[in-house]
Amino acid sequence: MREITLSKAVNEAIAEEMRRDPSVFLIGEDVAEAGTPFKVLSGLVEEFGTDRIIDTPISEPGFMGLAVGAAMTGSRPIVDLMFGDFLFLVMDQLCNQAAKAHYMSGGKLKVPLVLRTNLGATRRSAAQHSQSLHALVAHIPGLKVALPSSAYEAKGLLKTAIRDDNPVVIFEDKLMYQEKAPVPEEEYLIPFGKAEVLRPGRDITIVATSSMVQVAQKAAVLLERDGIAAEIIDPRTIVPLDMETILASVRRTGRAMVVDEGHQSFGVTAEIASRIAERAFYHLDAPVQRIGAMDVPVPFSPVLEDMTVPTPESVAERGRLTVRGELFHAA
Amino acid sequence: MNARKTNAEAYLRMYRQMVRIRVFEDNANQLYLSAKMPGLTHMYSGQEAVAVGICEVLTRDDKITSTHRGHGHCVAKGAEFKEMFCELLGRAEGYCGGKGGSMHIADQSNGNLGANAIVGGSMGIATGAALSAKRLGRKDVTVCFFGDGATAQGLLYEVMNMAALWKLPVIYACENNGYSEYTKTAEIAAGSLPARAEAFGIEAFKVDGQDVLAVNKLAERLVARCRKGEGPFFIQLDTYRYHGHHVGDINREYYRSKDEEALWKTERDPIVNFGRWLAAEGLATPEELASIDAEVGAEAGAAVAYALAAPFPDASQVGRHVFTDMIVA
Repeated sequence: MREITLSKAVNEAIAEEMRRDPSVFLIGEDVAEAGTPFKVLSGLVEEFGTDRIIDTPISEPGFMGLAVGAAMTGSRPIVDLMFGDFLFLVMDQLCNQAAKAHYMSGGKLKVPLVLRTNLGATRRSAAQHSQSLHALVAHIPGLKVALPSSAYEAKGLLKTAIRDDNPVVIFEDKLMYQEKAPVPEEEYLIPFGKAEVLRPGRDITIVATSSMVQVAQKAAVLLERDGIAAEIIDPRTIVPLDMETILASVRRTGRAMVVDEGHQSFGVTAEIASRIAERAFYHLDAPVQRIGAMDVPVPFSPVLEDMTVPTPESVAERGRLTVRGELFHAA
Repeated sequence: MNARKTNAEAYLRMYRQMVRIRVFEDNANQLYLSAKMPGLTHMYSGQEAVAVGICEVLTRDDKITSTHRGHGHCVAKGAEFKEMFCELLGRAEGYCGGKGGSMHIADQSNGNLGANAIVGGSMGIATGAALSAKRLGRKDVTVCFFGDGATAQGLLYEVMNMAALWKLPVIYACENNGYSEYTKTAEIAAGSLPARAEAFGIEAFKVDGQDVLAVNKLAERLVARCRKGEGPFFIQLDTYRYHGHHVGDINREYYRSKDEEALWKTERDPIVNFGRWLAAEGLATPEELASIDAEVGAEAGAAVAYALAAPFPDASQVGRHVFTDMIVA
């Protein structure tokens, strides 16, 4: 199978859906000729024109609001939000308007829009261009949240997002844009709410999202050297969240660890860990572990920044302690 | 003679619609005061000529976005009393199944994209609806209603900029009722409001918002120009709200005098003045106008009685419509 970059996979997903459905358009800053700072959209404006690949002024709340109104009136906009950190700028339009319109109108209004943005630290971009804010939007009823972990996932999930009748926020890992993965030539979609078991294992379940899937896979290799078999699950979407696949795994392994790049407190790791504790407690042989990003603004200095995110070593070490029953000694 | 007759029909329709708004609000206020309505509401009384003068020239396909003070826009765009009162009372047959209430009534069937409880919150939605219409080759025009208070929101300037750059068919209708909640507009707005739109190259107008014919005439011209691709436009409509910021804002002399309120009510009332004009022009007798008033009163009374007896939503509804395709347990 051919291998393409995550960037190319996103580009293909958008192009295919725009060819398929004339009501789809894309709007954001420097999306046309510039193709975004990450060059993800290069070439789209040549095919679809500036009428469908729409460059905006630097007005995030403004173009987010436009997308909500367009989505209510027969269009299917894809909003390109250059950095996930800019979510704070669009919160009213996203959370008070887009997320609630269908409910507040008793089902009369629909807001089929996709907000494409990104997450991920260690690009040495400091505190306002490095955040992973998916938990923030997952907290708001009415928004679906997708977290692709590879080029293959990015394409299939984005195509599903564009066809969804609800507002969907999809976070791409900006460190992965140039990473290649096998992606079939023929069309495919990845359904929301269906977790993927990426690696089977009997000793511990590692639930990892987005950028942390690769970290978990590397950690699993380290654990294997110690004779520990880790099972890795990628939920793919956190709203909806496929707890059944996660619970079935935990009931088998008896141990669980959740790894996510959002800040650890009040976030994705807390939510998934507590659901495991609520529903699989009597199958557990060890406390559920969670590893998120440190609760600090992302620092600039590489030495400091690298300390803030989970690494294969830190995940493997926690896995080792969990499986060996040594967590309490560590604490 | 024929033109005069057609006009007469439109005039009487506008008169009736203004009366419908006033009577709707009087009933809503009574429901609040008698503790039959949950929550709170914001009265449109006094501003009727704005919504009616503009909506009279809109087709059903044209869109509007509304505000927390939105009953007037909703009625003017064609909504029915029964579904509106049901919504205000949180009943299943309301426009939003009782999930929206006074501040969120949306009536998609008549092009009303919804009231909005965030001041200035619908400016992006209105501009996006205009973008949609232009992109998809439709002729519909969007009117974005908002108050003077909302002109302090930055969103307005972001979306007016884009609307002007892309020549979108949207009309920004700023209802200047003189008060930004509990504060005089002069204390929150520097300079001139139309000049802010003009800075983007948007043609801006000022009109007496108590004069339904003046509003209607201007709206007719601007909507037609919008349809030809000459938008966007900005209108400042000077008007007055008879009630407080919301129904519970009763003792308000600290920011607005009773004399001032009395002056607007006795001398500038849009319905009374338009009724006098219709009679003076021989377009309707005082008796005919009184019978319209009576019909509307009966319509509202029946709708209120219906809504008060109507069932509340079933408990199964609480988790529906969060998403189009999943039920939240």
